[in-house]
Amino acid sequence: MYAQRVFYAKCLIWVFAFIPILRLVWLGVNDDLTANPVEFVERSTGTWALVFLLLSLSMTPIRLLTKQVWQIQLRRLLGLWMFAYACLHITTYVWLDYGFVWADIAKDIIKHPYVIVGFTAYLLTIPLALTSNSAMIKRLKSKWKTLHQAVYLISILVILHFWWLVKKDVTEPFYYAAVLCILLGIRAYYKAIASKNKL
Amino acid sequence: MILDNNKRNPSQIQPSEITPREVFEDRRHFIKAAGAGLIAGAIASTQATKVIAGEIKTDANAKKPAAKTGATQKTLTFKKTAYGEGEKLTKFEDVTTYNNYYEFGTDKSDPATHSTLFKPRPWSISIEGAVKKAKTISIEDLLKLAPLEERIYRMRCVEGWSMVIPWVGLPLASLIKWAEPTGNAKYIEFISANDALTMPGVRVPVLDWPYVEGLRMDEANHPLTLLAVGLYGEVLPNQNGAPVRLVTPWKYGFKGAKAIVKIRFVEKMPVTTWVKTGPSEYGFYANVNPFVDHPRWTQSSEKRIGAGLFAGRIKTEMFNGYPEVGQMYAGMDLRKYF
Repeated sequence: MYAQRVFYAKCLIWVFAFIPILRLVWLGVNDDLTANPVEFVERSTGTWALVFLLLSLSMTPIRLLTKQVWQIQLRRLLGLWMFAYACLHITTYVWLDYGFVWADIAKDIIKHPYVIVGFTAYLLTIPLALTSNSAMIKRLKSKWKTLHQAVYLISILVILHFWWLVKKDVTEPFYYAAVLCILLGIRAYYKAIASKNKL
Repeated sequence: MILDNNKRNPSQIQPSEITPREVFEDRRHFIKAAGAGLIAGAIASTQATKVIAGEIKTDANAKKPAAKTGATQKTLTFKKTAYGEGEKLTKFEDVTTYNNYYEFGTDKSDPATHSTLFKPRPWSISIEGAVKKAKTISIEDLLKLAPLEERIYRMRCVEGWSMVIPWVGLPLASLIKWAEPTGNAKYIEFISANDALTMPGVRVPVLDWPYVEGLRMDEANHPLTLLAVGLYGEVLPNQNGAPVRLVTPWKYGFKGAKAIVKIRFVEKMPVTTWVKTGPSEYGFYANVNPFVDHPRWTQSSEKRIGAGLFAGRIKTEMFNGYPEVGQMYAGMDLRKYF
């Protein structure tokens, strides 16, 4: 019964996940990526990576709130789409923004706090993506869970990345930070209840 | 000041301030022209813009004013100069849709979409402080102080992008001469319009309104320093700082105060808006300097707007490639006075 539901939900995620990419391609072909196309693509891919990160982080709170478990099977796909958009984001940065001039890229990463945290977050997603397949889950056993808890650190670094990048008006990163706080808050609340029950 | 401009008793409005009939009627002409463009657009969308632009150009040549979205859009009479010869101009569309002008919103596209209620005429600038006699100058009288000239300047934003813009304006020095500053005038402070009714961005306290900028007296009198009243041969669009803005091409773009309502001659260095906002990030001088990095943005290179997705970056030049200003800073530690 749940298998079908999971299948349809996964199809929906695939369709949804391709829309931002197709939109960029469409705008690019029509020369409509604003006056600063590189920044636009950087912003767009970065934003969608963050959206998929928050979506993957919302599967556990949904389980806790609804007492349903089926949607937890969507978490890996959402996480991998986050990684895909993060890869597009970093490719845009390294290629379209800095034209593979590694010396300038190194300088930019070292000198600017928002780039350091963003780059660190990206590096941390790589082992998570590589160990996301079922074989690795079996092989790593309990270590897998510990490793994948790095997603909490990644989410905080990504919010900082966004917050520090903004010149003055932090409205947009604030909304994303608020969503993250709610998602982590629900986890913390249920964890507190669980430990109280144990006592 | 801006309230004075916009909330006057109708009996106080001079007949000369009312939109002239030919300008008003020409709006219809423009609408027709735009309509023709739309039809062409049905055939080929990329050519539609060219058709519309072409129509405006034709109007300009015929010395007829063209009108756009409610604001009186007029062609200016000016002389060409050698400034920026051979530079590839940034498209009019990019210059007028990608703007940092927080009085109309913090998004780059906000100024173009949220500035339609702003009224750049009638306008006057109040001249105050260390001058022989405090006075007010109307925009019409300002335009008579010196012949208008077109100057093609590079504009480097602190955020790491740049444009090449054909400004029309007059040297700030001509206004300073008219203002007759006293010996106590060491700096000039520019105060921008701050009208919550027509500038939706000022209802949000992102910055400490009104926007304040400033120059040292020698910088203000430098021949490169321009009071711009137009671009691309037309009256300045609202989103670019209409009716009058400051342009100092060797400094980061934020130095260019827009919609100036007040100019004060002062003895002490003015505390400018961005210095107040982030003293570690923005300096009073704000000279373009590839050797002084910003905590957020690389300053040694820049992206040229309009160059396309695959153009990469270009090297940023000291003083944005205007070395003639260098002597004003001789002996100053530009790392300290950034």
